[in-house]
Amino acid sequence: MKKIITLTLALFLVGATFGQLPSNVTIKDMDGNSIDISKLNNGGKPMIISFWATWCKPCKEELNAIAEEYDDWVDETGVKLVAVSIDDVRSTGRVEPYVNQQAWDYQVLLDPNGDLKRAMNVNNVPHTFLVDGSGKIVWDHNNYAAGDEKELHEELLKITK
Amino acid sequence: MNLKLLFNTALLVSFTGQVFFAQNNNNEAVISGNFSSTVQYYNEDSLINAAEPDHKLGANSFANINFNKGNFSAGVRLESYLNPLEGYPIGFNGSGIGYRYANWNNDGLDVTVGNFYDQFGSGMILRIWESRQLGIDNAMDGLKVKYNPYKGVYLKGLIGKQRYRFDDGLKNGDGLVRGLDGEVNINELFDSLNNSKLKVTIGGSFVSKFNDDNNTADYIMPKNVGSYGGRIAMRYGKFRFFGEYIYKENDPYPDLVDPEFSYVYKNGEGLLLNLGYSQKGFSVDINAKHMDNMLWRSTNVTVQPTDLLIGYLPTLSTQHTYALAGTLYPYVPNPRGEIAFQTDILYKIPKKTKIGGKYGWDIGLNIATAYAPEREFLDPSTDTGRQVYSTQLFNLSDSMFFRDINISIGKKINKKLKLKLKYLNFVFDDRAILVAKNHELIYADIAIADFTWKISTHHSVRFEVQNMWTKQDQGNWGFGQIEYSYSPHWFVAILDQYNYGNPIETQQIHYLLGTAGYIKGPHRFTVAYGRQRAGVFCVGGVCRQVPASNGLTFSITSSF
Repeated sequence: MKKIITLTLALFLVGATFGQLPSNVTIKDMDGNSIDISKLNNGGKPMIISFWATWCKPCKEELNAIAEEYDDWVDETGVKLVAVSIDDVRSTGRVEPYVNQQAWDYQVLLDPNGDLKRAMNVNNVPHTFLVDGSGKIVWDHNNYAAGDEKELHEELLKITK
Repeated sequence: MNLKLLFNTALLVSFTGQVFFAQNNNNEAVISGNFSSTVQYYNEDSLINAAEPDHKLGANSFANINFNKGNFSAGVRLESYLNPLEGYPIGFNGSGIGYRYANWNNDGLDVTVGNFYDQFGSGMILRIWESRQLGIDNAMDGLKVKYNPYKGVYLKGLIGKQRYRFDDGLKNGDGLVRGLDGEVNINELFDSLNNSKLKVTIGGSFVSKFNDDNNTADYIMPKNVGSYGGRIAMRYGKFRFFGEYIYKENDPYPDLVDPEFSYVYKNGEGLLLNLGYSQKGFSVDINAKHMDNMLWRSTNVTVQPTDLLIGYLPTLSTQHTYALAGTLYPYVPNPRGEIAFQTDILYKIPKKTKIGGKYGWDIGLNIATAYAPEREFLDPSTDTGRQVYSTQLFNLSDSMFFRDINISIGKKINKKLKLKLKYLNFVFDDRAILVAKNHELIYADIAIADFTWKISTHHSVRFEVQNMWTKQDQGNWGFGQIEYSYSPHWFVAILDQYNYGNPIETQQIHYLLGTAGYIKGPHRFTVAYGRQRAGVFCVGGVCRQVPASNGLTFSITSSF
């Protein structure tokens, strides 16, 4: 076991860079299509990846607050929002109805057993990532309070200028 | 030993990865991880039965470190319970490595050695998962192979032991779990169906366990137990259907609560059906399940409810997040068997209409109910195989376990004000579950109002009031909370739960709790001081009773 720790720590010294999308996770969208996360892209434009669940109130508030301004954000920056639901089998059936009720224009992915959540080191939801056009994670935030979407919007404008 | 060797080798390979992954050298090496820690300092509070443990302080901490380069990744999770938080399941002690893995994938083949999580279908037959909040972690330790031999065809195979305890490191149970799962996406498989309006995915699973140290004085346990089943998911335009059936061979368990169901050799079965219709602004979702004798663990001896689970008992009810609705009388699937139904209707009164106003209304109705199956008990003198009873699919008795009818309304009043109202009506079988056990059925009504007032871009205040009315158990409860946030970094909140209707006057107690938090990007710090009410926390058919506590709690979560 000691050896593993030493090796893991040694890996830090290899000169690794931080913050990319994981290369070995495949999850499904609401149509049942398998989506390889490493191939997730927006044609060189930024993406917002937001982890949420139907039972998570602040998550829904965040995504609804963004939804009100989403069309403007898309016009300004070409951004695409990917909403990753971590609902498990108890509530995955509620994801699509909720998405339709709110008429979100997001790409919605399902992560019922937390594969992507683990790979992206998400402790709890909401957790929102901003990914630049080259696929690098440039900003993330693990909370939502009314008004937080402004900060995300500013960060988004910063990387698209 | 071999696995460990393989694992170490894999890490070494990653270390000298330039050679092996030369073809992927435009992929940079990435190290990422997260960390979370909860520290609680306990005060004695005899009024709420909160004990002050000798060690005075509990601290549960986790750190994940993941390495990823090209097609290779590896990681460890360091865990520490010094001492474990009060109310956490037993079996978590000390510090060490609780999870480690290496994984690589190439050309449709994906191999994991060491620890892993996974799920087959809805999870009834196999769900390997973790919930750190609840203290559930049934991670497998062994080998998992996924292969995608042809477009639309997905195969998985796995073998390993399950995590059982943590004692300065991972301790696995003795039972072996072996599983195979195949899934075919018909629309991906046939090019001509790629754009068909009808989408179909079919799948099948086989899972078997082996354990041989479980014989009792009276019974011989099967050493190998098999379980198998199939599933289909279809969608056509706005309609969606999912069905799964799982059959489990004889798999007797001791039942300490109800000896009648101890060591039942009857085969188990589970059927789960879901039909949904959904369009912009309106949806209906209907669920039905029949479960009989579907408890599924990699041991047949008595363990804690959260230990060594292979399968997941699906729960057909809403997981409520409002305090009084969520943790006083939560629904727990009955592991012996039950028949349950649920309907969800969501409707949005469109915005810019006469009734809908400028912003529209969100309306939701949810009805969930569960019953004991109708069981025909066999004559014990002729029941030599200890089958005990027989049941028929969806043949329910009139014994109700649970009913939850709730309606919610959401309305944005103007740019600054948002309002949510919710009303719930519960019927809760107190004998089946672990709450008071003094009543047959508990009837409760709960009303909730939740306001958010956005004062300006960065300042907002949220008010929440709740009341529960019940004549049984602890009687009526009230709840109030005020939360002020200064976006994007700060929040403070104060909440009080008051058991004003408790039939015992000295137990009419206020549970006052203050919380403050600071958030910066991926880092989050919170501190709480006060009394926390006892509650029952449930996920996936397992529940944990958390005792009341009084003290100071500090928690950090962070990721990089």
